[in-house]
Amino acid sequence: MIRFLQAVLLLLPLTSPAPAQEAVTRFGDGETEILVRSTTDIGIFRPVMERFAELNPHLAISYEQWGSNALFDRSRDDCRGRGPQADAILSSAVQQMVWLANAACAHPHRSAATLALPATRRWRDELWGVTIEPAVIAYNKTLVKGDDIPRSRFALLDAMRNRPRFFRSRIATYDIAESGLGYLFAHSDSLEATTFGALLEGFSRVDAIATCCSAEIIAGVAEGRFVIAYNVLGSYILNSGAPEVGLIMPEDYTLLLSRAYMIPRGAAQKAEAIDFLEFLLTPEARSLLSRAGLFSELEVGETGLSGSALRFIPLSPTLLVARDANRRTLLLDFWNETFQRDVSP
Amino acid sequence: MQSLTARVFGTVLAILVLGGVLVAISILWNGRQAARQSYDRILFGAASDIAESIRIQQGAPLVDLPVSAFELLAQAPEDRIYYAILDPGREIITSVDPQQRIVPPPRSADPARFFDAELDGEPARFVQVTRRFTERDFSGAVDVIVGQTLRARQAMTTELMLNALLPMAAAGILLMAIAVLVVRSALRPLDALVSDLTGRDPYDLTPMPTDNLPRELQVMLGAMNRFMARLDGQVEAMRNLISDTAHQLRTPVAAIQIHAESATVETDGVSRRRALDRLLIRTRSLSKLLDQLLSRALVVHRTDSVARTPVDLREVALEVMERDDSLALAPETELRLVIGEEPVIVLADAFSLQEAARNLLGNALKYGKPPVSIGASQEGGEVILWVHDCGAGPAEGVIARLGDRFNRTAGSHENSTGIGLSIVTSVAAAFAGRVTMTQDETGFRAALVFPSARVPS
Repeated sequence: MIRFLQAVLLLLPLTSPAPAQEAVTRFGDGETEILVRSTTDIGIFRPVMERFAELNPHLAISYEQWGSNALFDRSRDDCRGRGPQADAILSSAVQQMVWLANAACAHPHRSAATLALPATRRWRDELWGVTIEPAVIAYNKTLVKGDDIPRSRFALLDAMRNRPRFFRSRIATYDIAESGLGYLFAHSDSLEATTFGALLEGFSRVDAIATCCSAEIIAGVAEGRFVIAYNVLGSYILNSGAPEVGLIMPEDYTLLLSRAYMIPRGAAQKAEAIDFLEFLLTPEARSLLSRAGLFSELEVGETGLSGSALRFIPLSPTLLVARDANRRTLLLDFWNETFQRDVSP
Repeated sequence: MQSLTARVFGTVLAILVLGGVLVAISILWNGRQAARQSYDRILFGAASDIAESIRIQQGAPLVDLPVSAFELLAQAPEDRIYYAILDPGREIITSVDPQQRIVPPPRSADPARFFDAELDGEPARFVQVTRRFTERDFSGAVDVIVGQTLRARQAMTTELMLNALLPMAAAGILLMAIAVLVVRSALRPLDALVSDLTGRDPYDLTPMPTDNLPRELQVMLGAMNRFMARLDGQVEAMRNLISDTAHQLRTPVAAIQIHAESATVETDGVSRRRALDRLLIRTRSLSKLLDQLLSRALVVHRTDSVARTPVDLREVALEVMERDDSLALAPETELRLVIGEEPVIVLADAFSLQEAARNLLGNALKYGKPPVSIGASQEGGEVILWVHDCGAGPAEGVIARLGDRFNRTAGSHENSTGIGLSIVTSVAAAFAGRVTMTQDETGFRAALVFPSARVPS
């Protein structure tokens, strides 16, 4: 039986189903106020914000940290004119950002820096991918060693099949119903149809645990409560500072997420939001992001992955499929069905 | 007045611009059509793809939205997308945004119905594809509506247009450059002419060279040369008149002066009377001379300046015979008029012809032997106005020097001035004719021969 561990918010909440912002942090005390809404944990993002505030002393920046679904709902309502809009939105649930841009909620901007972005990280000059983060398999280094380390999904499938008792209830992944990011990864995986189906079956066979939060998952792995966590954002593992947690970029394919930055059409301080975007695209900001684990300079030789194994989740209208209600129902049904079938003894 | 060059360039430019605009409109239209067709196909493909993915599950249509459809739509990478799948009751099964309704046109038999509408305030193109189900637990039509904004279409239209327009603009510039060269080279003779005219001495009335000139310019220059020649002739005639008059009048006036002086000095009545008689004769002669000088001046002037009209030479002969006061000089002479039924037409000036004929007749009456006849006739392509007498005619030398202005022979009578024949030759020359003098057993004939002018009867 699958256990849905409901989130108990920890000190370091990373994604959350909560309906409003979790924390507000202020930077700078200038006269121009700008509001940034983000799904990125401020603990990780702080150096970038501090540097930007330092460079722009005339700004007073409010950084609101949101859960992705709540942020999307809020932004959609704002776009429909139901509330004051943020000046900038930065979200990891890029399918929601694509939906917002597709609904004409975004303000366009073009510059040399934005045009230099590859096509996968830019859409309509309204969405820009400012980070590069791999979706990885996390594992407990003391519990899994050497050849037992699953370097691909196939290896993970084999491991679950061969040692079901060892893995029982000790594999974690996102609850896709609760986490926009988890849903996005599941959707992207589902496009690789065969592996996805087999994985879900494998997970259900070993009573994998679907939970909500990166922090909780990583802490579980660190403690040894979970042996393996599937589809965790690499940046969170790097920032957790847990030495016991190992990180695998699956060799069959590794999904790469690029957090999407958007300036809402109704933003009051568009010029400052553009300044912030331009800052995020500078080499300086990139090295700050890189240090925070938010920008992986992925080189083929370094990771041992072939170039074709790196799959960007592109900022493109195809992500509208991920947002489709019918499709979502089908995926959730498939998700739940698989697990439920396994429930019967 | 703007220059000829500017006018020609203006016209060429106007033609090119007009042509360019027409071609540009056609290119724009074609580009739009092409872009519309291409992207309509993509829309239709995506909608069909989605329609294919609909299946009936537990009595209700279920859409497993295919990613391939959106990859197809992403061929227009910058465009926003709308999709909605409607059940037979037109309720949304699934859609990009259930709060947004795009109202499709009514269903029809067409498999794909394209329509234009706005998508969040931006113009967009939509297609509605209907799939009909006849299942045990579900029957009815499910509509798939897919739409997209027009950025890619506009970009494609612009690209197609630029691809077609840029070469056309280049061709236009090339054509313009060629036109400049052609017009320049065509107008170069005109420029040469202008500079020639500008640099010309205002008293220089010699003809301008017409060689190597375009035909149109030759016509113009020919007309100008003719005009200058006439002006030259007039100036020449005036100069002649003055010098003739001076030359001709000096002697008689001197003679009159002498006669008048001697009459004044003479005390003897008989001698005085004789001197007065001579004075009278000289005065009459002078009067006659003046008449002729003026007449010749008038003829020379008229032949240059009066428009040519069809003249019947028979009328000229008749007029001269009836009006000629020469008859008074020799009333005893027998004078005949020889004319036919047919008109004898020449393009000339009636007054000049009369003057010429009167001089010929006067000569015949004065020096020839009666009977004298005057007549007009047509001989082949020529018309002739002639005077005939039965004498032997003038000496060979006189005929040879015919027409000289000061042809007064030693044997000439005092009344003779020699101007008469010069009038005749001037008239003949003025109307493209000639003077002929023939002698045979019947006598002497002096004639003016002109080319015949056929008047439409």
